[in-house]
Amino acid sequence: MEFDTIAAISTPMGEGAIAIVRLSGDEAFAIADRVFKGMGGKQLQAVPSHTIHYGHIVDPATQTTLEEVMVSVMKGPKTFTREDVIEINCHGGLVSVNQVLQLVLRQGARIAEPGEFTKRAFLNGRIDLSQAEAVMDMIRAKTDRAMSVAMGQMEGKLSKLVQSLRQEILEILAQVEVNIDYPEYDDVEEMTLSMMMEKSTYVKGQIERLLQTSEQGKILREGLSTVIIGRPNVGKSSLLNSLVHENKAIVTDVPGTTRDVIEEYVNVRGVPLKLVDTAGIRETEDIVERIGVERSRKVLKEADLILLVLNYGEALSEEDRRLFEAVKGMDVIVIVNKTDLSQKVDMDEAAQLATHHRLVTTSLLKEQGVDELEEAIASLFFAGSLEAGDGTYVSNNRHIALLHQALAAINEAIEGAEMGTPVDMVQIDLRRTWETLGEIIGDTVQESLIDQLFSQFCLGK
Amino acid sequence: MVKKFEAGSFDVIVVGAGHAGVEAGLAAARMGAKTLMLTINLDMVAFMPCNPSVGGPAKGIVVREIDALGGQMGRTIDKTHIQMRMLNTGKGPAVRALRAQADKVLYQQDMKETIENEPNITLLQAMVEELIIEDGECTGVISKTGATYRAKTTIITAGTFLRGEVILGDLKYSSGPNNQQPSIGLADHLRSLGFDIVRFKTGTPPRVNSQTIDYSKTEIQPGDDVPRAFSYETTEYITDQLPCWLTYTNEETHTIIDENLHRSPMYSGMIKGTGPRYCPSIEDKVVRFNDKPRHQIFLEPEGRNTKEVYVQGLSTSLPEDVQQQILTSIPGLENAQMMRSGYAIEYDAIVPTQLWPTLETKKIKNLYTAGQINGTSGYEEAAGQGLMAGINAARRAFNKEEVILSRSDAYIGVLIDDLVTKGTNEPYRLLTSRAEYRLLLRHDNADLRLKDVGREMGLVSDESFEKFVSKKEMIQGEIKRLQSVIIKPNEHVQTLLESIGSSLLKDGIKGSDLLRRPEITYNHIKAIIPADSELPFDVEEQVEIQIKYEGYIEKSLQQVDKLKKMENKKIPDGIDYDAISGIASEARQKLRDVRPLSIAQASRISGVNPADISILLVYIEQGRIAKVSGE
Repeated sequence: MEFDTIAAISTPMGEGAIAIVRLSGDEAFAIADRVFKGMGGKQLQAVPSHTIHYGHIVDPATQTTLEEVMVSVMKGPKTFTREDVIEINCHGGLVSVNQVLQLVLRQGARIAEPGEFTKRAFLNGRIDLSQAEAVMDMIRAKTDRAMSVAMGQMEGKLSKLVQSLRQEILEILAQVEVNIDYPEYDDVEEMTLSMMMEKSTYVKGQIERLLQTSEQGKILREGLSTVIIGRPNVGKSSLLNSLVHENKAIVTDVPGTTRDVIEEYVNVRGVPLKLVDTAGIRETEDIVERIGVERSRKVLKEADLILLVLNYGEALSEEDRRLFEAVKGMDVIVIVNKTDLSQKVDMDEAAQLATHHRLVTTSLLKEQGVDELEEAIASLFFAGSLEAGDGTYVSNNRHIALLHQALAAINEAIEGAEMGTPVDMVQIDLRRTWETLGEIIGDTVQESLIDQLFSQFCLGK
Repeated sequence: MVKKFEAGSFDVIVVGAGHAGVEAGLAAARMGAKTLMLTINLDMVAFMPCNPSVGGPAKGIVVREIDALGGQMGRTIDKTHIQMRMLNTGKGPAVRALRAQADKVLYQQDMKETIENEPNITLLQAMVEELIIEDGECTGVISKTGATYRAKTTIITAGTFLRGEVILGDLKYSSGPNNQQPSIGLADHLRSLGFDIVRFKTGTPPRVNSQTIDYSKTEIQPGDDVPRAFSYETTEYITDQLPCWLTYTNEETHTIIDENLHRSPMYSGMIKGTGPRYCPSIEDKVVRFNDKPRHQIFLEPEGRNTKEVYVQGLSTSLPEDVQQQILTSIPGLENAQMMRSGYAIEYDAIVPTQLWPTLETKKIKNLYTAGQINGTSGYEEAAGQGLMAGINAARRAFNKEEVILSRSDAYIGVLIDDLVTKGTNEPYRLLTSRAEYRLLLRHDNADLRLKDVGREMGLVSDESFEKFVSKKEMIQGEIKRLQSVIIKPNEHVQTLLESIGSSLLKDGIKGSDLLRRPEITYNHIKAIIPADSELPFDVEEQVEIQIKYEGYIEKSLQQVDKLKKMENKKIPDGIDYDAISGIASEARQKLRDVRPLSIAQASRISGVNPADISILLVYIEQGRIAKVSGE
């Protein structure tokens, strides 16, 4: 509850060019070292306090590089929370920052509760007494809100699925417990390693399936992540403004990431659109240049939808062709903008480059063609490949982190069983799985195991 | 009104001499306290009113813990059992447990003799009816005969005697267990002092005459053929063991029960007390699990010099004539003569959340309660509490600091924490599943966990402690050796590995790494790289477990670390929960009742959620800061 290492994205990401993932707690340095590849393999645990270090965030499981970062290392107690603090400065948009956050969560950090950094600052004596009341109000208010969110989840399919998985595990646990507590009781089949393995493998499969839905869940929850690309002066900003102003911009809190995020988040005919990297678009028009950068490719790769803008008033250039190359195999809508100018673009070639993608002509200046564009977005979502699956989604970062932990625990259980470890030891990992899943739905109670024991089996002397 | 008279002054008074009482009295006396033990009937010291056995899963580990702490139960059962078995040997080391079948009579005799030989104990027959309370403190007790005994601290271990009522069929009468005199006056007195009282129920099966059992229709259940002992002090082992026997109920038995259910006090509503789920009566089992064609019945001798046999599995409160019919329907018992009938007993227990983790009552200072009066069931649970109450009562008498075992120290810690933090709505029994850290709370390492505590209490002799210290050194030495010695893949090694189906070595390997292979035991390692001198069995066992399961043990220790941090966050005395804004009202009520000592304990109370804990933490911290700045 207290003292473990917490993490969160601690910058508002709507407009900022950089975003910071902050870690605080005993394990902060160790976790950072597991994901940080610095120059000459330097260890953050070994560097002087209050220094900043260049490097990359690498997922140790897959060895893929997620982000190019600057990491600030601050040793407690001279920090905001008075604990060891790591701040990972990411340059990318929401997607890559989120990936960094999820990676540190998988490495053992816990997503910070609302106001938790502040709470720790207070608990560790950093904030003075006069602020105590405010802190308490904040905890109560935020927790009540978190609770109502949790209640909403409780009724959802996710919680049903988690509950049924837990029940599955609970039955294994109860059977093992009965074997232990009533060794002479003849009516309960002895739980064997192979039975355990079979059931664990099933549970593992289900957890993995849930984790796979986490991406889709995000779409519904956080919007269809959409990137606008095009050469300078094709009208990307106008497109952005048009989408934002035509439609009701939604200012939102993205659950699980940070409570203070404001994004370009619009509702286009019922399709939640999250405009990614909008800061970049507004700041600079030279996205073509940035295409060459690894990170921008990444942004593209992770987008659900690409809006590729061409200029009606200019001939197609080599840059335009490279853009088409870069978005190959993705969901793309091609927009030929500035029909108010005289035509210089070769529409046949544009259509050819667009292949099967929708091609829309607009004059954003004259507010022409916007309806057609919105229709194209909506039909792509509702009719096409982007449509969502069966309705069970995991989208909350906390849930995703817990599912990863549960997956790790059940994997250890399976490993143990494969090695021939005694049943009651393997059970330790099964129990961890059960408890971790319980945290998703806010229910980890020892007593339920004992109740299961007595309702399922006729026990006693 | 009987005339009261002064009858003596002591450090510690123990009311009751059952399994809780004897451990309490012996612990206090061995710690140097002048101790008075009072029992309703001197012939009933350490009497076993129900099953003739000690130990089993979780409970057996408690007996080992009691022994490591310097208690008596293990030593006495080692001398007086008729058979011993190690249970769960096919499973991992964390759940192995020893169980002994007791010779009830010898057990009692040995325990009584031990008490009589303890110079600091005065053992008397007396019925305590009243406590002397002065300024909210208990300063002594008054017996039915008017004898007034004074003491610094008092422990009540009243078992099921408080307003006990025996019930079978539609017969109900005021009685303690086994037709002993019930304790009515003390029960009334405790209520009048304002204690919250619940009514619990438990039961016992009939006993039959061994000479009337046809054992040929049953299966024999012998003891282990290797010598076993609970106590670390035991050096002599009983080799002459008696077997138990297994038979089953059948359709006919179940029909008899079904047809007579209307005569059962459980179903007629005569019994109001809450019974334990883990120890249901046979009528309960038949009703709740009516698809089961048969239930196991174990026939357990009650001792070497008696013909009485305990019919385990047949606990019942049906009328006596139905009990006889049931017996007759069971193979081997067709002609069994019932010597005592089974019965249910209802009794008063105090709601255990009224206790501090030292087992002192919150309401009355220097008054402790232990055993079944606290809502538990089982001899071992009683003995564990008795020991801790005895230790704490003596410590208080000497103005020394209290001793509380944590959930990660011992099953006894789990038991007491459950009781005082969560309470119980049925007679509480320890189960391995109640322990979060059972891999650490093993049968084999009770001494490693607790001997230092026992020593500090003055309950472990020099000789015993020296033996323990040298055992610890041998374990550490051998583990170090195995971690450094490299086993090379020579012919001897490869042949041995091949013979047990283990993969052959490609390179040299550390002894400890080889031992981690599931199919390798310490004996294999010993055959390859023997120690300088043969090590005792319990040392080898520790080395094997500690190396083999290091990964799992490490995981458990990490969890314990988290717990300890929360336990170190103490909640100050006299905290006013009403003054803390923001705590939910249910949580506020629970916190006020339980008055947890640490944040860890607070977070285990059902109905207190993490938000409440956060607010509590903030409040406590606020107070701490206020204090610092005020200084």
